[in-house]
Amino acid sequence: MGNFLDRLLGRDHRSARQAKERMKLVLIHDRTDLSPASLEILKDELIAVISRHIEIDPGAVEINIAQEGREQRLIADIPLRSVRRRRVG
Amino acid sequence: MAGKVITVTSGKGGVGKTTATANLGAALAAEGARVVCVDADIGLRNLDVVLGLENRIVYDIVDIVEGRCRLRQALIRDKRLPELYLIPAAQTRDKSAVSPSDMVRLCNELREEHDWILIDSPAGIERGFRNAIAPADIVLVVTNPEVSAVRDADRIIGLIEAEEKGPAQLVINRIRPGMVRRGDMLSPEDVIELLAVKLIGLIPEDENIVTSTNRGMPVSLNGKSRAGQAFRNIARRLNGEEVPFMDLEEDGFFGKLARFIRPGAK
Repeated sequence: MGNFLDRLLGRDHRSARQAKERMKLVLIHDRTDLSPASLEILKDELIAVISRHIEIDPGAVEINIAQEGREQRLIADIPLRSVRRRRVG
Repeated sequence: MAGKVITVTSGKGGVGKTTATANLGAALAAEGARVVCVDADIGLRNLDVVLGLENRIVYDIVDIVEGRCRLRQALIRDKRLPELYLIPAAQTRDKSAVSPSDMVRLCNELREEHDWILIDSPAGIERGFRNAIAPADIVLVVTNPEVSAVRDADRIIGLIEAEEKGPAQLVINRIRPGMVRRGDMLSPEDVIELLAVKLIGLIPEDENIVTSTNRGMPVSLNGKSRAGQAFRNIARRLNGEEVPFMDLEEDGFFGKLARFIRPGAK
């Protein structure tokens, strides 16, 4: 009901929501001094280093900054290629 | 008991630091506390006009620090509230005339005879800000529900933590409940979620601020003003009382009608 009402009143597109979403991203980058571009570079370097030791799927790697209160945390999700699949392929 | 030092700061200029300092000072003094407000915005003096004490300045904070007068000589006593004092900023000097250790020394002396020392910080993150937070026991960050003020508040909250003066407490000023209800202004909940700090006050936009500032009369001494009530609530919270945050909805027929039409909205 709340969602329906929000949509009916067009509140999803209201400016406060946009402000909040924009600020979430801006504050993460302000706090960590890490731009989206440098996060991409970090990701590529991580993939290169890890690939030297273990086979991973570079396209599926995800690097994000998570927040808990005023603390930030770098979260890397790096799926490994299974040995069995490699043999089959 | 030694007095406590509260620094009021913000990062961004124009969000209401000086208004908040003057009104909290007046509200605390009206409850019987011995209060001194210190204008740390050297070169851009304003707390004197907001408090209506601009005609009585003889000495300023730089005169004290440089030894041209004794502390007592620079304290301007408010006529309406005999326990409210002001130490004005110097107008013709700059921030480098005072150091953080000067501020600590000055405040330690003030603590002996006052319950609260309120410091009005300059905007920015440089020397003036460092001077203002050096002696602080409590830091209040004033912000408005808009993107540039919130971003700057986040910066300043980080710097306060880095200086081990945290956790800062947040005052959200100039809230327009009608715009919040329509989804066109960040709500207090949004701002708190973004900044992840403890809230100490919500101040609604109030025309009484303009008129009372014109007169040099703190709005917190005006019993009817909603902003005045909000400042008095902060003063009571500083005194350790549990005071619920006020319902910001405007009263009157149209406010009630709007809430009836959109019951889910806050």
